[in-house]
Amino acid sequence: MSLIDLANPTKFLALTARVLPWLAGATVILLLIGLYQSAMAPDDYQQGATVKIMFIHVPNAWLSMFVWGIMSIASLGTLVWRHPLADVAAKAAAPIGAAFTFLALVTGSLWGRPMWGTYWEWDARLTSVLILFLMYLGLIALWRAVEDPSRAARAAAVLTLVGAINIPIIKFSVDWWNTLHQPASVIRMGGPTLDNAFLIPLLIMAIAFSLLFITLHLAAMRNEILRRRVRSLQMMQANQQRAA
Amino acid sequence: MAALGPYASFIVTSYGLVTAVVALLIVWIFLDYRQQTARLRELEASGIVRRSGRSAAEI
Repeated sequence: MSLIDLANPTKFLALTARVLPWLAGATVILLLIGLYQSAMAPDDYQQGATVKIMFIHVPNAWLSMFVWGIMSIASLGTLVWRHPLADVAAKAAAPIGAAFTFLALVTGSLWGRPMWGTYWEWDARLTSVLILFLMYLGLIALWRAVEDPSRAARAAAVLTLVGAINIPIIKFSVDWWNTLHQPASVIRMGGPTLDNAFLIPLLIMAIAFSLLFITLHLAAMRNEILRRRVRSLQMMQANQQRAA
Repeated sequence: MAALGPYASFIVTSYGLVTAVVALLIVWIFLDYRQQTARLRELEASGIVRRSGRSAAEI
């Protein structure tokens, strides 16, 4: 099956049915390995056992930005190439991205209370991630508010691309401004500053959560294609009833 | 819990919350799939056929 074949929703559904069980299995296995490695990781000399929150906070934070990146590429697909699955991909990703962003915010807050002495601080990193969460909610509301999928797709694509400006702001906020949040310690010039005892479980959890996203996204895309099929058949039914 | 130190409640709450939200996502996507396929079967049962002539519920 070539890449161009995937533009056909029926062929995409067939591919999804084949790969979803394998993806789900790989996700469960990697999550179990990651959770075991996280449980076995030593305490940090400063943070103690609270460092274990990092193993779930960081993957969720990465995915909150990654999912918006995927939605931005899909939005280009909608506006430039009018790919039939581009809007399906963006719409299906939004609730999953919102959930990851919510988890990044809450686990960060629960990590911050014992380490910083506060659940929340209006600094650049935390505020820009909160804005990302609100943008996800705004996009979901937009898709629900506009009944015609093609009109909703164009409006959502423009909003997604405008919102993409926030992604580099989130990433570099800790470098550009004086924030309570620590600077990057994994993806940075000069390599990670984390010891392997923390870095390896973190990377396994990051891959596991990425696989979880891909699995959920493909399943949600399948649902969205079926929803659009239901809509078009209901319209055919209404037309037949009107003609009769 | 004791091995997690004085902030065990923060760690356990974090992991519990992530588990709950991921479980909710999985259940929501699964129920949505069942709902859409049920609607397609209903439409097919009422005699509505896709332009291609294939079954409405065919994946």
